[in-house]
Amino acid sequence: MSPMPTETRSTSPKLLATCAITAILFVIACKAIADAPREITMGLVQKIFYFHVPCAWLLMLSTLVCAGGSVAYLFGGSERGDRVAVASSELGVVFGLCVLVSGPLWAKAAWGVYWQWEARLTSSLLLWLMLVAYVLARRYGGAAARRLAAALALFAAIDIPLVYFSVRFFRSIHPSNTVVSTLVPGMRGAFWLSLLAFTALWWVLFSTRMATENAYARLVDLEILLDQAEEKNA
Amino acid sequence: MTGSPHPSFWRYTALIAIKDLRIEGRSREVLYTMGFSAALVVLVFSFALASATDPAQGPITAAGVLWAATLFTGTVALARVLDRERENESIRSLLLSPAPRAAIYAGKLIATSTLMLAVEILLTVLVGVLFSAGVFAHLGWLALVLVLGTLGFASTGVVFSAALLRSRSREALLGALLFPIVIPVLLAASRATACLFDPLSPDLEPVAFWTRFLLATDVIYIALGLWVFEPVVSGE
Amino acid sequence: MNERHLRVAKVCKSYGRQRALVDVSLTFAPGQVAAIVGPNGAGKTTLLGILSTLAKPTSGEILLADQPFIRDPAARRTIGYVGHEPGVYPDLSARQNLRIFASLYALTDAETRITAMLERVDLADVRSDLPARAYSRGMLQRLALARALLHGPKILLFDEPSSALDPVGVRWLSEELLRERDAGSLVILVTHDLDAAAQVAGHLVVIRRGRVAMDRTEPSGFSATQVRALYEEALRDR
Repeated sequence: MSPMPTETRSTSPKLLATCAITAILFVIACKAIADAPREITMGLVQKIFYFHVPCAWLLMLSTLVCAGGSVAYLFGGSERGDRVAVASSELGVVFGLCVLVSGPLWAKAAWGVYWQWEARLTSSLLLWLMLVAYVLARRYGGAAARRLAAALALFAAIDIPLVYFSVRFFRSIHPSNTVVSTLVPGMRGAFWLSLLAFTALWWVLFSTRMATENAYARLVDLEILLDQAEEKNA
Repeated sequence: MTGSPHPSFWRYTALIAIKDLRIEGRSREVLYTMGFSAALVVLVFSFALASATDPAQGPITAAGVLWAATLFTGTVALARVLDRERENESIRSLLLSPAPRAAIYAGKLIATSTLMLAVEILLTVLVGVLFSAGVFAHLGWLALVLVLGTLGFASTGVVFSAALLRSRSREALLGALLFPIVIPVLLAASRATACLFDPLSPDLEPVAFWTRFLLATDVIYIALGLWVFEPVVSGE
Repeated sequence: MNERHLRVAKVCKSYGRQRALVDVSLTFAPGQVAAIVGPNGAGKTTLLGILSTLAKPTSGEILLADQPFIRDPAARRTIGYVGHEPGVYPDLSARQNLRIFASLYALTDAETRITAMLERVDLADVRSDLPARAYSRGMLQRLALARALLHGPKILLFDEPSSALDPVGVRWLSEELLRERDAGSLVILVTHDLDAAAQVAGHLVVIRRGRVAMDRTEPSGFSATQVRALYEEALRDR
């Protein structure tokens, strides 16, 4: 249990700084994306790539972090691990939704269909569904909700390599993993900037969500301290 | 006064699996009800897909129906092997015994899989008849795929059923939690089965591929299940 | 001295914001029946769950003979538990049920022990193929006791075992509790029934809102009036 807090914190300066950096990164990234050369075959639509791929990366990152927190909670009893898992699971749902919406929009333009049941799309959808299930499990899972969700997160983590490597093992209509290294310089810069900006955004959102959870835990601790003080005076 | 040398992990596993199977075996009720409802599921699919019978699709539809019905059967098997322990709180007596949690997991995994496989035999025959699929062409491979697919489903099912034992939303949640995880298993198993049912195709290479996939998935899922079962089922 | 004493050391148990147990410290001695009483929701069942090692305290610990009493098979072997549900398999007969538990606890001469236990709880004459599902409530509770005692545990935990039992059943249960006490076991009984508690207890604990409100030992036992008086006193707002 944490010691009696001596100061109240409003928005932490570190968080504000990170927000500022993120905003700046986005501005730079957007400029870079706008300046990036247009892809020959698909033109403007191809620029969804700068949005779609970072979101996919963040879906996988969120799942990994969620799984890490779940292991710490399930096997180490770490409450902090549990909070990490909750925060990252929700981000996974959000960014996963971005991937699953941006992908089909691009696909319609590039392949003529919104969806195809091939390895990467299917495994990504399943991963997202597992994160949604995580959120549902926590809310409606009853007494063992947290442990149940933690177990689910571990099974979801297994899906990550499947999502990533599926394009390598299964012949697929989806572009392969090697696309990034073959980008022309103008695109490459924009891509990495975009990835950086999105990751910074993820970090900001994650920190904020963690702050909420930490505050809640602090509240519980304070209530206990208050009760104990009342007992002593009684 | 109490025990002899402590029984091994395998002894406990066998004890628990046999106990569950014996309880189910006592009243043949279970096989009749499970078998009958699974058969009905197959029939429902047959009617629903009747208009889409294109001879070339036969094996694929047959395989799909078989595995969909198996998934359904699996949910019932899980309910019997796990939810039943809530009745009279026998789960508490089981958890209070010296049996290692991993052995409880393994025992229930075996019991669930055995129940499922018993019904799957019936389903395979039924599907073969209704869809004219060549179910007996490669019996060895088929048996292997059935076993691996069943284990894949049961390995996760036991974990989540146990975790939901005390939850009010048990029925609603189990599907939501389980299905995204077992869909890869379902996929691999029905692809392999479709190849095996195809009377025209001599090509077993995809079967070997999907079987390897199933094997890898099963190993990972069972390992994870063994690891995760204890903290999930122990009181907080 | 402290041999085989079961000590609860500053145990707290919270479920998020809800605090079920706060700073509970108690010592239970063998050869005695301890009755834990208190209003509904006071935390009695939670405490018993922790004593049975199935639940883990948020802080604090349980000690048996000054060694940590934790979740492991060795600790579980020494515990016998009877709750308000019998904890048996409804599709199996009494003997079949006991056979399963005998193998779970790896008991030698299982059949002899089972026969002896069934005679003790007066279930020896029941039709051997009758599933437990068909038993009356009283019979089920007797089977539950047989199950709990089969492996010769030295720590017995009872959670409202006499709820839904008729007066005859309640009396029989009290006698069994005393019999185990006289055999040197440590018996802990959680109950609502103050009169039943008075019949058997040499140690009275009142739990109120997760805390110990009263902890009194009386080797010669309590009278029903005494128990009531102590209970009222413990619940009185100070």
